[in-house]
Amino acid sequence: MKNVKFGISAIAAALALAGCGQGGGGGTEVKIGHVGPLTGGIAHLGKDNENGARLAIDEANAAHTKIDGKEVKFVLVAEDDQADPKVGTTVAQKLVDAKVSGVVGHLNSGTSIPASPIYNGAGIPVISGSATNPKLTEQGFKTQFRVVGRDDQQGPAIASYLATNNKPHTVAVIDDATAYGEGIANEVEKTLKAAGITVLPREKGTDKTTDWKAVLTKLRGRNPDAVFYGGMDATGGPLLKQGRELGIKAVFSFGDGACTDKMKELAGDAAEGLLCSQAGIPVEAADKKFLDAYKKKFNAEPILYSPFTYDAANMLIQAMQKANSSDPKKYLPELQKLDFKGATGKIAFDSKGDRKDAEMTIFTMKGGKLLPVAVITGGKSQSFEDFVKGSK
Amino acid sequence: MHPYFDTKARPWLVWAGFALIGFALAVLPFALTQVGTTWVRITNYAILYILLALGLNIVVGFAGLLDLGYIAFYAIGAYVYALLASPQFGLHLPFWVILPIGAAVAALFGAILGAPTLKLRGDYLAIVTLGFGEIIRIFLNNLSRPVNITNGPQGIAGIDPFALPGFRFDSPIKYYYLLLAVVLVVIVINLRLQNSRIGRAWEAIREDEIAARAMGINTRNLKLLAFAMGASFGGIAGGMFSAIQAFISPESFILVESIMVVSMVVLGGMGNIWGVILGALLLSFIPEILRWTVTPLQEALFGRMVIEPEVIRMLLFGLALVLVMLFRPAGLLPSAVRKRELEERAA
Amino acid sequence: MDTFLQQLVNGLTAGSVYAVVALGYTMVYGIIQLINFAHGEVVMIGAMVAFTVINLLVPTGLPPLAVVLIGAGCAVPVCMLVGYGMERLAYRPLRHAPRLAPLITAIGVSIILQHVALMIWSRNILAFPQIIPSRTYFIGGAAITTVQIAILAICLGLMASLAILVYRTPLGTAMRATAQNPQVAGLMGIDVNRIIAVTFIIGAGLGAVAGVLFGTYYGLAQYTMGSVLGLKAFSAAVLGGIGNIPGAMLGGVLLGLVEALGAGYIGDFTDLCEWGLPLAACEGGGNFILAGSNYQDVFAFIVLILVLVLRPQGLLGERVGDRA
Repeated sequence: MKNVKFGISAIAAALALAGCGQGGGGGTEVKIGHVGPLTGGIAHLGKDNENGARLAIDEANAAHTKIDGKEVKFVLVAEDDQADPKVGTTVAQKLVDAKVSGVVGHLNSGTSIPASPIYNGAGIPVISGSATNPKLTEQGFKTQFRVVGRDDQQGPAIASYLATNNKPHTVAVIDDATAYGEGIANEVEKTLKAAGITVLPREKGTDKTTDWKAVLTKLRGRNPDAVFYGGMDATGGPLLKQGRELGIKAVFSFGDGACTDKMKELAGDAAEGLLCSQAGIPVEAADKKFLDAYKKKFNAEPILYSPFTYDAANMLIQAMQKANSSDPKKYLPELQKLDFKGATGKIAFDSKGDRKDAEMTIFTMKGGKLLPVAVITGGKSQSFEDFVKGSK
Repeated sequence: MHPYFDTKARPWLVWAGFALIGFALAVLPFALTQVGTTWVRITNYAILYILLALGLNIVVGFAGLLDLGYIAFYAIGAYVYALLASPQFGLHLPFWVILPIGAAVAALFGAILGAPTLKLRGDYLAIVTLGFGEIIRIFLNNLSRPVNITNGPQGIAGIDPFALPGFRFDSPIKYYYLLLAVVLVVIVINLRLQNSRIGRAWEAIREDEIAARAMGINTRNLKLLAFAMGASFGGIAGGMFSAIQAFISPESFILVESIMVVSMVVLGGMGNIWGVILGALLLSFIPEILRWTVTPLQEALFGRMVIEPEVIRMLLFGLALVLVMLFRPAGLLPSAVRKRELEERAA
Repeated sequence: MDTFLQQLVNGLTAGSVYAVVALGYTMVYGIIQLINFAHGEVVMIGAMVAFTVINLLVPTGLPPLAVVLIGAGCAVPVCMLVGYGMERLAYRPLRHAPRLAPLITAIGVSIILQHVALMIWSRNILAFPQIIPSRTYFIGGAAITTVQIAILAICLGLMASLAILVYRTPLGTAMRATAQNPQVAGLMGIDVNRIIAVTFIIGAGLGAVAGVLFGTYYGLAQYTMGSVLGLKAFSAAVLGGIGNIPGAMLGGVLLGLVEALGAGYIGDFTDLCEWGLPLAACEGGGNFILAGSNYQDVFAFIVLILVLVLRPQGLLGERVGDRA
């Protein structure tokens, strides 16, 4: 038995040594990590994020980018964190061990938050293109950034749009008891209450709920003018469909998790007229060059956050160029004060690492398609046409 | 036995063996760090699973009570630590105060779980424990309203690492040694338990409860003791998990994890401490190894990833469960007693 | 009042689907005392196969009802095959092993089926094409759609057919005999292995239909849908008395009602402000709800535990001696 234990430790060590073949190229190679869930329920979003970063890296390589006068080759070290905090910390450590110069990721706040101290301990800058939980940048880590807005900006955006546009007297708020759903629902409730609107007691489901009728029937009895749901399209679609089946006439609004074309598939005609928000500018408003390049390279449309990861990767590269070094210690200060114009607009970081004046876009479903109707920047709303005109 | 390894004739071999193992274990993290500190982290998580498997082994292996909701005790231990050593309530008690509290709370819940299930057998017990496990997780996920206790699905971040006056556990290597010490203590406790009166009483209950009761064994108290003791080990492991990951949320304590721990015990060898440890090591390291090897292999063979490593891992896992039950139901390293029991019944 | 009626309608519909799935669990348990953990996955496979077939047929312009029927017609044999395969390969060799072994095996089979489905259909949620024109009727303020009525009717029909099969046909008699005492049934000339296989196949067929109903009613299918549904249906079977066929039907409907009414009303019952307690949160018409709809999923488990602890034989089951 003792031999077995020793044997196992030996085998584990040997396999570990064998497994470590990757990475460690010499010369002017700059490694940039990307982490996202490549397996699991939102693997398609994880892959989309990775594609965005990869596009930036490949474009930089194709342009023979130079740092400090020497041509460098960027390598994307892509990892899968399975949207699991435990794996997220393991993978973060792996990237630190591989001595990456910077990281784009993670996708979920639930994995970004526990990973951030690991990156911070090694001084490696990490920019998330999609983690929206406010806590991520409240931890005081100078290496943690994000290029997407926070839930405590997105929630108030959709809530204030709902309040001024639809003027409801009573709003029902539902969430799916996940960190994201509850977080954004809390923000929406806060904003609505501050506007003097009555908010019904919170109803909850889970991220796997298929039958919402019990909750919806209860709400129907209270007759809300509007409903807000914090959750993903997989549960938001059935919610909307069943709500209309029960004869609820309220306007349904959602966060970015349910701001996808899947809503039309799942809810059918009931999806007409829904409102939803997305952090950042709509993919269509993203730089056309990015959209074309993405389509050409990956033979698919960008899904959601790839413009953000694209910008994040490019920001890392530009900061390195400005600092004439890919050493995190040297280019971190440049990153902190970088003024960048990317596929998602103008980006600069505030002292916490959040994006200054992050835009939020409000969409509605018309004719089966999601159409942007308004863009909210720093609390000020403008119609989408005005925004597009203004940014040209 | 081969003359070289005849420990009866050469007792010093035993000590040499121990010394060798001890040396290897002590040096392991430094060897792993050469490859990457991430492997030390992976090893730490593996040791946590060993702790869980050993705890569950008391319930499933010794006492023969199938618990499919064991991860709830892990969760309880983790949350007790998180609530008492994080910004959540502003409390920052030292770990050597919290871990015993966590173990005690988990043991209490173990007894609460055990009490109504004393009359249940086999499958029914399994289902009820499964239900309890899920109930605990759902409560942890929802105790953010009306009063915020667990912060719900957002989880608790910024959990304090372990700290002694003048010494902080701030790197995976330091946690490794602590975990190693804890696991060695737990192994010794388990070994002593197995051969004690309590252990033999559990064995009797496992083989034939009615006969055991007829022999004067207080089956009720012993079953409760099994649940409570098993739960307490889970609680301690949970507290350590909290500190190591510095962040916990209910999504780490889902049903799949319970099934994973049960599988470690069952596949490794129910009732056999070394078997259980083997099961835990296999099920902890194989997914990591898969992840390191499968992706480059597929890229080399097919140019892209055909099947995700996570899917392969779960398929292999399911297949392993079925195959082991069909061909080696007592596990990879069966305990002689269990093997006999299973073969007697099958005959 | 319309709210209450509506919750009843919701609960009955969801409960009927639970009932049909529960039948699969109860039949298998009745005959070989095995909790077929993988049954939920069989239901899921039924829904997925139907989805694929329906998607293929929609562009052909066939009438929607025909499309769904063909979809179900393809799902049922596939599921039957899966059910037979499970029994033959994973459960039959363990017929005489201690109860732990087939339970673990069932978990293993469930994991395998889930991930095979994942590989075939991807992990994204699949939206059923909304081809059946659904009209909503309002009775007493409660909305009931044509799909819901169809589900109630189909489930009743299935349950009735199964009852006739089990209580009025030779096959059914053979099944009941095998459930009572397999050895003696064998002595009486019943091919026990065949009967057990048939039980699995029928259960799987029912599961397939339940899967199609689920997919059509909610409009979606995903590789994970089997686990939650399976657990709830199993609770329903236990509630009614596992091994007891009318019990499964009763249990399913009751569980559906408990979930619907519970989610609908428990928030009101546990709102401490309604009880007049002078809490700070109650000012200005606030609430202090101890347990709201967020504990919806817990109801199934609590029902399960209460039944198993207080009345293990379920509502309609007979008291059997403690089985080791």
